Amino acid sequence: MSGPTTPEANGNLAVELIEITKEYPGVLANDRISLTVRRGEVHCLLGENGAGKSTLMNILSGMVRPDSGEVRLDGRQVEIHSPKHAIELGIGMVYQHTSLVPQLTVLENVMLGEAEGIRLNAPIARERLAELGGSIGLDVEPGATTGLLALGQQQQLEIIKALWRGSKVLILDEPTSMLTPQGVAELEQIVARLKAQGLAVVFITHKLHEAISMGDRVSVLSRGRLVGAIEPEELRSSTHDELQERIIALMFGGQAAQATGVAELTDEVEWHAPRRPAAAEPALELDGVTVVPGPGEIGAHDVSLQVLKSEIMGIAGVDGNGQRELAEAIAGQRSIVAGDVRLFGHSLGRFKVAQREKLGLRYVTDDRLHEGTVGSMSVAMNIVLKQIGKPPYWERGRIRNATILAKARELIARFDIRTPGPETRVGALSGGNIQKVVLARELSFDPKVVIYSKPTYGLDVKTTRSVRQTIREQAEEGVTSIVISTDLDELLDLCDRIAVMSRGRVAGVVDNGPNAQREIGELMVGGKAA
Amino acid sequence: MTDATTAAADVRELPPSETAGHAGLGTAGEVLVRSILPLVLAVGTGAIILAAIGVDPIQYYKDIWSGGVEFAAWQDSAMRTAPLLLIAVGLIVVFKAGIWNLGMDGQFLIAAAVIAGVGPRLEHHLPNAINLILLFLIAGAVGAAWTIPPALLKARYELNEIITTLMMSFIGINLAGILVKGTFQDPTTTTPQTRSFDFSALLPTIPGTESVSRRWPGIHIGLLVALAAAVVVWYLMSRTSFGLRLGVLGASLRSARHMGLDVPRLIVVSFLLSGMFVGFAAATEILGVKGYVRADWNPAFGLWVVPLVFLARLNALAVIPYVVLLSLVSIGGDFAAQNAGLTSKFTLLLVGLTLLFMALTEWIVRRVELGGSYLPGAAARRARGGE
Repeated sequence: MSGPTTPEANGNLAVELIEITKEYPGVLANDRISLTVRRGEVHCLLGENGAGKSTLMNILSGMVRPDSGEVRLDGRQVEIHSPKHAIELGIGMVYQHTSLVPQLTVLENVMLGEAEGIRLNAPIARERLAELGGSIGLDVEPGATTGLLALGQQQQLEIIKALWRGSKVLILDEPTSMLTPQGVAELEQIVARLKAQGLAVVFITHKLHEAISMGDRVSVLSRGRLVGAIEPEELRSSTHDELQERIIALMFGGQAAQATGVAELTDEVEWHAPRRPAAAEPALELDGVTVVPGPGEIGAHDVSLQVLKSEIMGIAGVDGNGQRELAEAIAGQRSIVAGDVRLFGHSLGRFKVAQREKLGLRYVTDDRLHEGTVGSMSVAMNIVLKQIGKPPYWERGRIRNATILAKARELIARFDIRTPGPETRVGALSGGNIQKVVLARELSFDPKVVIYSKPTYGLDVKTTRSVRQTIREQAEEGVTSIVISTDLDELLDLCDRIAVMSRGRVAGVVDNGPNAQREIGELMVGGKAA
Repeated sequence: MTDATTAAADVRELPPSETAGHAGLGTAGEVLVRSILPLVLAVGTGAIILAAIGVDPIQYYKDIWSGGVEFAAWQDSAMRTAPLLLIAVGLIVVFKAGIWNLGMDGQFLIAAAVIAGVGPRLEHHLPNAINLILLFLIAGAVGAAWTIPPALLKARYELNEIITTLMMSFIGINLAGILVKGTFQDPTTTTPQTRSFDFSALLPTIPGTESVSRRWPGIHIGLLVALAAAVVVWYLMSRTSFGLRLGVLGASLRSARHMGLDVPRLIVVSFLLSGMFVGFAAATEILGVKGYVRADWNPAFGLWVVPLVFLARLNALAVIPYVVLLSLVSIGGDFAAQNAGLTSKFTLLLVGLTLLFMALTEWIVRRVELGGSYLPGAAARRARGGE
């Protein structure tokens, strides 16, 4: 917790944030936070979702202006007016969600960052791409279509974009949330290289072990405040377990840590034994399902799967291998060109979304902001959005607000949705609470088969735990589930069986068990067929 | 209540894109900044322009007032309100669904030409009331029919409706001209125009608005039709499942598909309703005021109305005062422009300025809300009364 320091006293200070305060309506996102980032150092910003990490970094990258407090770069006070200004000042940020245009080539994407001039200078850009690619160890063809790159490579491209204008500070916002284990290892190497080149790196994460293994310095945020920091000396001299205990104590103020699910925090996930229901009739059958890919997509090819009643079937695979296309085809949002989907033995044929909904099929989309909810509408309205026109919420086309509000209050309590009230706009809630709104809607009106697409993506530890618990409870009540996830630990934690999807096809299905992780890994790289 | 306050503390880290646009300003402040400020700025800038070209702006605005309100002029303004309000209502139905029907002028003129051509031939065969209702329905049907090609092209092939509606508008305007000069030409005159309605066959006036001593010609009941349409559409949009479906479609096409809405059907229905109201607008103007159509007649009401609909935030009741104001300005503007030796198009300049300042205020409000609270945090919360 460093206060203002004179530049002479500490020449390697790249960024100083002093008493930064930012208030949103009803929420103090940053409460007098001070911290420093040094050159050649990785500063980990640790905290749950909603702790204020992203707001603080959005202030540094010019997206948000602070209400009070000051920012110093190289000891000089600066006002950062805009993201463009931040880039000019040498601050590069890699966001959690990709900002690349998938249809463009690698070279075109990095050239988009170029601010000067109308004419694009391809040869110079190509040179710079090779130079930066070399410095972080990324080797991609400049003419490759960006959307076809692996997710890890896309992220490395984002880093190159952030460094394009000669950044001195690099901010990585939850960079590991969508990476495979190999991707994380590669990222670690890249960060180490950049650090060695003297860059100041801010690494935002909510995963404890990442902070401990990658950070030279760790600052812990909670509820908008800086609740503690671990200096490099302490990081070096303590064991992993000691650090873990110390950080948990900081995060939860010394409360009983077991209550908050430390197991997930530390990623010690154990596989869960398959519960084979005795009367195992197939609930959902996919028979040679083929979906034509849209632009930048893989599509699904000849996918056959049988999911038994009350079973939890996982679908593993790197993002963008046809999982979304398949999920949307099952939900009826896309048409199938070949094959068949059967629900309890009945072919769904050309049934539309609403008809499938009526039969008990539910789809929890991973795009909860733009597809799963309507941000400008209230929590209550979003909860009944798939009931539009149906009694008791609508009577002969007329809305019955009292009934809707009563239902919303009931579900807000049952799903523990943190919202000022049922009439608050969904868009004003945090990601975790938006997900709870989606789950409340999908799971409350007599679901029979539920497809969850990346159900805990981007959620904090507590919410992740409660979402997984909800999925388990649903399965126990006889609901059949398909869980699509890029997080292998999640699938091992939840599922009875796990299918692996690769390039739009099912590479194999694995029973969950002690060997599942290895078998899935083999299927993912295309080793053996099950 | 305590529950709500503790829960509020958990709604942290609002993504900036989500806070912009809604939160930040109190309701009264929002109305003031978003819906009234642009008008004030447009009138102010208009005054500067007038002064710069040597016209006394105060006199000019006074002339608008006297030309639009004084003596019997208020009745003309009231009658102008009818078609403008009906067009506004029609636009709300499509804009709510995120559909840009910009072909209002074509829909309007083709409906006007058809009833002006057909109407005088129907006269005196049927009771007048039935005749008028029939003509209203014909106008509504023609206006709606003119939206069918863009509607189907968008519903089926996702073709951009801005282009198709504008193209259909050109076709409609020119076809109306051809019909007037050809099939519907009044044989008793060489002027390219339709036969005139018999005075007795036009819309009756609202009782009490007619006065010979005060030289009031009377306000036709089309105004009541328009007001009723506004109430119906307001109810439809805010209280029914249909309005909500359109709202979801307008908010996000992806969401609409995900929620299982029949998107193509919604697109077609909202287009048809929109065209129908524009057709009704034409009926009020022809059956209430004009009584015939000349081939070169094109009031181009459509684009006047667009900014108002947005100023009123797509609320069919809130748009009424704006439409009344615009009617007054459009009637009084002619008089003022004549007095000042300007073209009557100067009124359009004021409308354009309003649109420009609306966009500017919107942009500034968004920026301010992104950068920091519009009011200091605590004051902002007080202003909203704790939500």
